[in-house]
Amino acid sequence: MTATPTPKRAPHKGKSYAVLPGFRITLGFTIGYLSLLVLIPLSAVVLKSLELSWDGFWATVFDARVLAAYRISFATALAAGLINVVFGFIVAWVLVRYSFPGKRLLDGIIDLPFALPTAVAGIALTSIYAENGWIGRWLYAIGIPSAYSAAGIAIALTFIGLPFVVRTVQPVLESWETDVEEAAATLGAKRLTVFRRIIVPQLLPSLLTGFALAFARGIGEYGSVVFISGNMPYKTEIAPLLIMTKLEQYDYAGATAVALVMLILSFLLQLLINALQWKAARRMTSP
Amino acid sequence: MAGSHSYPGTTSPPARGTARKLAPRAGCTTESPLARRLLIAVALGFIGLVLLLPLAAVFVQAFKRGADVYFAALTEPDALAAIRLTLFTALIVVPLNTIFGIAAAWCLTKFAFRGKQWLITLIDLPFAVSPVIAGFLFILLFGAHGWFGSWLAAHDVQIVFALPGIVLATLFVTFPFVARELIPLMQSQGTLEEEAAATLGAKGWKMFRHITLPNIKWGLLYGIVICNARAMGEFGAVSVVSGHIRGETNTLPLHVEILYNEYQFSAAFAAASLLVAVALLTLTAKQWLERKRL
Repeated sequence: MTATPTPKRAPHKGKSYAVLPGFRITLGFTIGYLSLLVLIPLSAVVLKSLELSWDGFWATVFDARVLAAYRISFATALAAGLINVVFGFIVAWVLVRYSFPGKRLLDGIIDLPFALPTAVAGIALTSIYAENGWIGRWLYAIGIPSAYSAAGIAIALTFIGLPFVVRTVQPVLESWETDVEEAAATLGAKRLTVFRRIIVPQLLPSLLTGFALAFARGIGEYGSVVFISGNMPYKTEIAPLLIMTKLEQYDYAGATAVALVMLILSFLLQLLINALQWKAARRMTSP
Repeated sequence: MAGSHSYPGTTSPPARGTARKLAPRAGCTTESPLARRLLIAVALGFIGLVLLLPLAAVFVQAFKRGADVYFAALTEPDALAAIRLTLFTALIVVPLNTIFGIAAAWCLTKFAFRGKQWLITLIDLPFAVSPVIAGFLFILLFGAHGWFGSWLAAHDVQIVFALPGIVLATLFVTFPFVARELIPLMQSQGTLEEEAAATLGAKGWKMFRHITLPNIKWGLLYGIVICNARAMGEFGAVSVVSGHIRGETNTLPLHVEILYNEYQFSAAFAAASLLVAVALLTLTAKQWLERKRL
């Protein structure tokens, strides 16, 4: 649902538009509402950060604890994204290409992480992966601390990110013609060769987009992570939690600095995602 | 759109055979039965592990100490206040963002103007913002040390750590949902029908009710359902602005957090089970609407 295709140009342009009413009022409302609710609040962070001294900003953003938080956020989001690329691809493939009992149900449940409040996901995952949990007891037994550790954060982010990959890859697979695969097969290519040389290269843009979406969501995620992470500074403290901590200490300047860095990172990621989607859309329309 | 059609070559011969001269050799574009079963097993196993197990955990934990404890947890005054606040917030947020979504989609899809693509990008912005930062924005504006803080204090208006703050933060995080559902839909429908109505003399509101609304109703409902789910379940953004005052500014997700942090696990999971029910209803409605929409 996050993968909106770039809108096509409307079939009619020019004078015919003027026939329809309501342009000014709807545009005015849209811009007004957008400014009040989104643009002005966002500019507050930028303006607030201008009040900080350059040295103070620098010292906050490159503080060892802050750097550690970025590193943990990035590493766990990366790990979760990679897991989701592999398994999300398999899930999407199975959903599109095969038929089996319970497929509709499986397809419906994929969006659960979109619909389930993150706090609920957080406490449920913690209860499963804690030392006495259903899975935690086995993992702890073989020496993997699956809760209150970086692994726990990655588990939460895997939950959150899964639908992004599946829902990006699935429509692309659905719109595919199998003719290239058939041609390869008639030329004697083994199925594994077809997979490696045809399927993966063609799917790469959408896999990358799905990964980037999951990754972007992962570094900003808060609710599902705070319960399972244990929140130890330098070890399992993620960047959004750091903002929360600074706020609780009334360190508005510090919170602003970290928030600004995160906002810039997310916007850059968003730009990258848009470029990827644009590229993928072009690839699909060109023969 | 998802999963509703099975792929040719797996179970049935392709229905579009007329367009294709050579029917594909059976199985040449699919895997061996063994590989197929293996992949299905992996997919089911992964979904079971990642998605279904947490769902089961919520209900098992909620009923661990019996149905009495479960229902007691849901009927205590703080829980009821949290439920009320969550419903009330959604009741304000969803209609506002729906009106915005319709207005935005109308001007963006029925008219041509410069800067359109920019506007679409700006509408999507809240999706890129971490929920914690979303809440923080409103602290910066309306908090005690914020831009309007002293003015608000002087006029005895409280926004942050009160209902208005919760509503604002929720509005922010659910801002794009209806709009981004409607924009592609109305884009693909074009303007012909509305233009025909206009030439026949229909005025704005009448035209919208009789032409546009019937065309977009399923997509609109879909957007509303998703917007509502997020509005009721938002945690991070609301957590920053709410102040966690029991019985007053605690939404249901925050109530879950407080109980959990106080080691009242059964009660926390009982409250969580309500939110799971909302999520499951949302998914059911979503799938039903997805089929309707096609």
